[in-house]
Amino acid sequence: MERIAILQIGHFLLVTIQVDMHDRLAMTLQDDLTNRISQTSARGVLIDISALEIVDSFIGRILGNIAKMSRILDAETVVVGMQPAVAITLVELGLSLKGIRTSLNVEKGMALLRSSLGDSEGGSMDGDAEK
Amino acid sequence: MQKNEVISIRSSSDVVLVRQAVRQLAVELGFSLINQTKIVTGASELARNTLEHGGGGTVNIEALDEGTRRGLRLIFEDSGPGIPDLELALKDGFTTGGGLGMGLSGTKRLVNEFDIVSRVGEGTRITITKWK
Repeated sequence: MERIAILQIGHFLLVTIQVDMHDRLAMTLQDDLTNRISQTSARGVLIDISALEIVDSFIGRILGNIAKMSRILDAETVVVGMQPAVAITLVELGLSLKGIRTSLNVEKGMALLRSSLGDSEGGSMDGDAEK
Repeated sequence: MQKNEVISIRSSSDVVLVRQAVRQLAVELGFSLINQTKIVTGASELARNTLEHGGGGTVNIEALDEGTRRGLRLIFEDSGPGIPDLELALKDGFTTGGGLGMGLSGTKRLVNEFDIVSRVGEGTRITITKWK
């Protein structure tokens, strides 16, 4: 079955959505992610949507669900890389993605997760880049 | 340019096909990136409605060229249960499914023309037009 890869980096999980997801694939991602958070005790989830050409109400709902479920499992979710045209369309559609934290790119998202987790933990694969 | 394509909507992968076909035509017509995104997003919402509430149906995708202006017209049709209260269905936040209730009302904001005809027990036809 078709699946979206989930990478583990330290205490974080990274998902890069690079395909035009049909609804069932998005549901599978939601299930897979919640399972992985629980298996790995991840503290943060980064979802990179920079390759997504649209976010409609269904994808918006899935992103919101992932954020809520991960919070219940003691992990923070940050959605990163939304294209400007997607953001404009989302607002006109009437979705504000309430309760979802966002960052402009993966690096900033990672920094946001680290600071909200008190820095000591989290993926420290680029330890020399931090101060 | 005279173009017309009919896609049947029977599964969630058909919704993806509709998005891709609409995107391709919008690019060919020279739509800006923002207008491409709006019409593709609207198409995605309505295709999903056709599938989930209408029990499947079709979309007719048409390129419009009226000399001075170009656009895209999409006609979604199903023979599902129909919508008993259109006014209510077009309200922000109204939902019968598990969605956010932004599909119809939100799509209306993304396009230039929006028309809906629905008869209970017969089906629903929604026509949207986006000018370049």
